[in-house]
Amino acid sequence: MDGLARLLDTFFNTEVAARYWPDILAGVWITIGVGVAVTATGLALGFALAILRAKQTPWFSIPIVMFADIMRALPPLIIIIVFFFAFPLIGISMSAFTATWLSLSLVLAAYAEESLWGAILSLPRGQSEAARSTGLTWWQTMCAVILPQALRLALPPLTNRVIAVSKNVALGSVVALSEVLNNAQSATSTAGNPTPLTMAAAAYLAIFIPAMILARRMENRMQWRV
Amino acid sequence: MDALLENFFNIAVFREVLPFLLQGLLTTLGLSALVIPTGLLGGLAVALLATQSQNKFVTLLVAAYVDLFRALPPIVLLIFIYFGFPFLGLDLPKLFAVALGFLLNNSAYYGEIFRAGLLSVPAGQTEAARSTGLTRAQALIHVVIPQATRNVLPDLVSNSIEVVKLTTIASVVALPELLRIARDAQALVYNPSPIVLAALIYLIILWPLVRWLSRLEHRNLLAR
Repeated sequence: MDGLARLLDTFFNTEVAARYWPDILAGVWITIGVGVAVTATGLALGFALAILRAKQTPWFSIPIVMFADIMRALPPLIIIIVFFFAFPLIGISMSAFTATWLSLSLVLAAYAEESLWGAILSLPRGQSEAARSTGLTWWQTMCAVILPQALRLALPPLTNRVIAVSKNVALGSVVALSEVLNNAQSATSTAGNPTPLTMAAAAYLAIFIPAMILARRMENRMQWRV
Repeated sequence: MDALLENFFNIAVFREVLPFLLQGLLTTLGLSALVIPTGLLGGLAVALLATQSQNKFVTLLVAAYVDLFRALPPIVLLIFIYFGFPFLGLDLPKLFAVALGFLLNNSAYYGEIFRAGLLSVPAGQTEAARSTGLTRAQALIHVVIPQATRNVLPDLVSNSIEVVKLTTIASVVALPELLRIARDAQALVYNPSPIVLAALIYLIILWPLVRWLSRLEHRNLLAR
């Protein structure tokens, strides 16, 4: 066999691709599902923490800063491994899904909190002072004046981070979460051909290139209005 | 509480495995010292191609490269290289596979950062440098690139921290870095304390960097 034919037969084997296509597709749904779940809980928790931190009481600020620092300093893979392999020994067992989802949610929350908090800080003080002096309560000021502006400012780092953390769903393969990469690896070893790995790479691109384009569009639109 | 101490913070196990974990830490640091500079250089090359090339085809190709490797999770890339290539009869050494995967991935990330940096330097800087008689390359090296680097320093630091954290994925191809050694030790002593200890080591190394980065970003925010 000449070089090109061999390359095609190895990485783009249509017969293998047809056989394992359902496995890859099933993995795609898991990847998207976990990614969406992580985005939702991570952002919600991160925003809640940033708002609490804006209360500026040490009871909230110190634990929040520590949480954000630790989650940004630890490699996500080791967090997933600790949850999945170590926690069962102290009586907390979780599935591969829960371990991956929980780890990545905490990581995303830490970054989201930092981004939003940075944006809140960068708003001129006059904004909240003016809002309070019109008689708005602290919560009303936060929800109606500060957050809408801060979220817009924090949008580019937030979208980048959401995509970066969602890509880490692939780390779930280490604890046998049946996402794309995990399914592709087992398919590769049963088929004796790495075409499923090519499919996994293509599947991840098919998920994340549109996500990146969507994020870019959202950023441009928001930037234009400010 | 006893279960926690016994399984997570087992001092006897800590003492037993610490020398091995420190060996793994050395590998992690060595790997970082290899992939961060190569990634920075690759990224700078990508950014220069993207901003300086007059050739439409080249800029398009570079943009495609950056998007492709930013969309592909690094662990997928690494596994593709390490487990896929041997089927072609190419048995890559672990370190080479890891270094190649990191180079491809990091060049895209650092490339985007440098590109933003190069674009942030006003055109007048290049024009002024050229008018003093510097060649195009000299103007880039002595005038534009230093300012560009300064402008995006927090992003470069931030990405480098991410790269150090990312070296943990080398554990899936059994490169004996810190996480891999910790997992092997866990299997050996049948107790997860080594993994907890590895996490503590990552924390000790990276927490100061994360703190420093926060201050760097904060200062930039105020300086704007």
